[in-house]
Amino acid sequence: MFPRFFNVLGSPLIRFIQYLGEVVMLAADTFQSLFTRRLRWKLFLNQVVEIGLLSQLVVVITGGFTGAVFSAQTYFQFHKIGMGSATGAVVSVALMRELGPVLTALMVTGRVGAAMSAEIGTMKVTEQIDALRALAVYPTDYLVVPRALAMMVSMPLLVAECIAVGIAVGYFVAIFLLEVNGTYYMANMVRWTRSRDIIMGLSKAFCFGILIVFISCHKGLTAREGAVGVGRATTEAVVNASLAVLISNFFLTMTLNILYPAGYQ
Amino acid sequence: MSAQDRQNGSMIAVRGLEKRIGTQEILRGVDLEVARGETLAIIGRSGGGKSVLLKHLIGLMRPNAGEIWIEGQNIINMSERELASIRQKVGILFQGSALFDSMTVAENIAFPLREAGERDPKTLRKKVSEMLEIMEMQGQEEKMPVNLSGGMKKRVGLARSIIRQPSCILYDEPTSGLDPVVSDSINRLIRRLQKRLCVTSIVVTHDMKSAFDVADQIAYLHDGRIYFHGTPDDLRQSQDHLLQDFLLGRSDRRGSSPPERSAGN
Repeated sequence: MFPRFFNVLGSPLIRFIQYLGEVVMLAADTFQSLFTRRLRWKLFLNQVVEIGLLSQLVVVITGGFTGAVFSAQTYFQFHKIGMGSATGAVVSVALMRELGPVLTALMVTGRVGAAMSAEIGTMKVTEQIDALRALAVYPTDYLVVPRALAMMVSMPLLVAECIAVGIAVGYFVAIFLLEVNGTYYMANMVRWTRSRDIIMGLSKAFCFGILIVFISCHKGLTAREGAVGVGRATTEAVVNASLAVLISNFFLTMTLNILYPAGYQ
Repeated sequence: MSAQDRQNGSMIAVRGLEKRIGTQEILRGVDLEVARGETLAIIGRSGGGKSVLLKHLIGLMRPNAGEIWIEGQNIINMSERELASIRQKVGILFQGSALFDSMTVAENIAFPLREAGERDPKTLRKKVSEMLEIMEMQGQEEKMPVNLSGGMKKRVGLARSIIRQPSCILYDEPTSGLDPVVSDSINRLIRRLQKRLCVTSIVVTHDMKSAFDVADQIAYLHDGRIYFHGTPDDLRQSQDHLLQDFLLGRSDRRGSSPPERSAGN
């Protein structure tokens, strides 16, 4: 009875721990070569374009419509108790601390994480990664380092953009559609938003970027044979990275809140 | 051991190599020696572990037991980064060519030089066109791999693996999937490279014509071990039923051969 119980419980647990270990080892390997090996600037800049520049539209639309709808919903509730002009403060703080980083991370996972694991996975199953190794090029240096660095640079910028667009659109919705007093709206927003809110958002962005890039690259590097293998690797990369973002967000919120407490002080 | 190998002039020595993949025993104690400047053809049935053996020689796969000595260095316990020095001396042509599909022909061929630090576009262009001339593929620099035929891909793959002038070249099924005329041109190319670069070569094949065309020595891999090792003439004159059946392409009558395996060649 007991051995079977442990068997059923144990083997997925061991697999999970092994998986975590592999991702952490990949990250350690990447950071080591980031500091000790020469950086391939061209590949890095290509990735910045791929991750940062080409994700703009997605991020702007995400930020814009989230800001719009959040502003409207907040106003509908606050208006009833005569606090319509506090909408700006709620929208800006919520976007900075939670919505901006999390939604951007989820969109980037779908756009960039999927592409990374599919590209690296295809290279794996067509022996291109073996070819790299055979030509004395370490795959982590060539494939993972430029992507990881580009992600660490791009994610905070994308999140900042998402937040800025969200706040701007929220403002327009509140002022022009819902006819809130613009002066009070701005005054409240500036009064209740602190620099630590934006620091928290950008710190989260950085952490999410790291999670997405290593989970996606790891899935690509361990893809199994054939089109099915690449498909599965891509799906798992997106699912795992999205879950990692959502789960780690809670712990990041609790930890970072000690460093950068919320509220007006 | 290393000093002894150097004295014997053996470029590659394999001792008691064993490899299991899952529950399948692919290699069951392979012993092999290749002298400097010699061309060895490894023949055997599809799925017999020939490609697996070849991948071990350059450290792309790790054995369960045994030793591999390349120019007097045991590569079994080398880390991936330490193997880079071995891999600069040993080039490999993959069965599927494994060209980088996001790069042009010229970029593929120049890749090893670029990675070794050569930046001057003039030098790179000159070396690439030299290589294409050897491969009889002048003027194809800007083509993408997807637009090349199977034979052309093999040539580009070969050009990429010899541009750094290795002292040993491993060929994994260089003529598989090619028509007899193209196969013959690849065989001629292999012979020409032997003369021009004085390299040690190992050709894995099940194309007997190719083996007789290019080899000084032939080894027959059977049941995970080297069953026969001798000159092409020895092989032709051998009265061994197993060898005769293989040479004449007769399917097995006594049922002594292992069943066809599915895990690669």
